[in-house]
Amino acid sequence: MKNNPVVMGIETSCDETGVGIVRGHELLADAVASSVDEHARFGGVVPEVASRAHLEAMVPTVQRALDDAGLTLNDLDGIAVTAGPGLAGALMVGVGAAKAYSLATGVPLYGVNHLSAHIAVDTLENGPIPEPAIGLLVSGGHSSIMMVEDLAGKVTQLGASIDDAAGEAFDKVARLLGLPFPGGPYIDKAAKEGDRAFVRFPRGLTAAKDMERHRYDFSFSGLKTAVARWIEAQRAEGNNVPVNDVAAAFQEAVCDVLTQKAILAAKEHGVGTILLGGGVAANSRLRTLAVERAEDAGITLRYPRPKLCTDNGAMVAALGSHLVTAGVAPSVIDFPANSSMDVEVVSLANRL
Amino acid sequence: MRVLAIDTSTAAVQAALVDLDDDELFLTSFRREVDARGHVEKLAPFIEGCLADAGRTVKDVDAVVSGVGPGPFTGLRVGMVTAAAFADGAGIPVYGVCSLDGIGANTRGRALAATDARRKEIYWAVYEDGVREGEPQVCKPSELPDWVTETGGADYAIGEGASKYADELPMEAEATPIFPDLVKLVELAAPRLLAGAPTEQLTPLYLRRPDAQPAAGSPAPQP
Ligand SMILES: [Zn+2]
Repeated sequence: MKNNPVVMGIETSCDETGVGIVRGHELLADAVASSVDEHARFGGVVPEVASRAHLEAMVPTVQRALDDAGLTLNDLDGIAVTAGPGLAGALMVGVGAAKAYSLATGVPLYGVNHLSAHIAVDTLENGPIPEPAIGLLVSGGHSSIMMVEDLAGKVTQLGASIDDAAGEAFDKVARLLGLPFPGGPYIDKAAKEGDRAFVRFPRGLTAAKDMERHRYDFSFSGLKTAVARWIEAQRAEGNNVPVNDVAAAFQEAVCDVLTQKAILAAKEHGVGTILLGGGVAANSRLRTLAVERAEDAGITLRYPRPKLCTDNGAMVAALGSHLVTAGVAPSVIDFPANSSMDVEVVSLANRL
Repeated sequence: MRVLAIDTSTAAVQAALVDLDDDELFLTSFRREVDARGHVEKLAPFIEGCLADAGRTVKDVDAVVSGVGPGPFTGLRVGMVTAAAFADGAGIPVYGVCSLDGIGANTRGRALAATDARRKEIYWAVYEDGVREGEPQVCKPSELPDWVTETGGADYAIGEGASKYADELPMEAEATPIFPDLVKLVELAAPRLLAGAPTEQLTPLYLRRPDAQPAAGSPAPQP
């Protein structure tokens, strides 16, 4: 048990090489090297390209984070690293580096869950998280509703996307509309000039019978197909496709179902706090709608600033700091990188 | 000086402590396990094990030497990032050596050193009395260029890629899989080690491009 531990977090589960450093709940450094430009020309994240970039960026990004924080490795009380879920080859670079830093410095190592880290990052902005809380995590890799009973050990998943992640749907629809990758920010921007009610796209898994089996689950592949068909039909009739309106209507469908189900989960579990996290949590419409609906339901809504919502090392450091403070045992050094790591494994110490 | 040597360019996860004094090399401790999918789990414990076996701590290590491939990407990267981060963490320099040289530099006569590149291909280079001729290459074992297969090319093949594809190679192949020799890698880095050369940014010898096609009609990214 240590108050305000200094922890470095390493995150390489997708295309960002992130190294963050925190002291307790205070963010000291958040260095990110992104390979997003390299992926843009492929129209999506290419695992091998990401892994190559991680290897190149790893040590320089650690050094940059330490410089920004004005610290050396000897000042650390813990090193935390995303052990999963994520792209296997990408995760391995971060896990390999974290183990080597821990070995070389004697600083205890914590292999942690990426999803729990997305929740923990909110502590850097808004302080300790009231437990229990509901986490709504939305990004290019995940769309989940999580129940956080204890951020140091008991996190469960109430629901998740049964097909595409919400962020993936943003990327795919952006491509249909001729907008660049990653699609999220471009759709958000276009939608601001568009009419949300221009056309009503389907809300996946909200029909009565789906609400029985998939109460807190999402589905976005049908929505993407519906948008594609709609665009095709317009073009077949020789009409121009109103990009801003389609972006707004599509975004509305995604945000509607995400917020609806998160609020429902909170109400039905008697939970008074919802946390937003993940890259899509930076979406302005999602935030607005979540704020409105949470207020109506008398639920506290918390979310960190957009830069902390996307994948970064600070979130991993934040979870690491929480684990060190809670006295959770460090991980044993032979843990693997687990691309499909279960949401319930918050840190690998729990598993052992 | 005491050197930590690492190579993960093949299915073998390897770590060793090698003492280098002038031109004398001595293998102090060594761990190896052939497990093509075990690099990220096993390498760090192997380094710990090597230090423990030698009765040493991190503070006793003066430099790191790492094989930089060519090798199947995922495992190779684990070794290289481990070498780079360990060196950075310990505040010591790291040097890269072509992993194939860890096989080829131990050969006599004209030898083809080959490792398994997966997808039915090999990474290879030709050595004359232990000295590499040209840059490492990748191709199918049956598609080696004429200058390698003709008389005067390579008389025999050695390495994991040679034993695995013995039937497809036109020359005689060593049946036992040989992996990069960590002592040899340290020997090849000795001039830099002894001169106290500046630490290096390790760059893998990939030899292949990533498998990815630019998306058809995908717009250029906006700044
Ligand atoms: Zn994420």
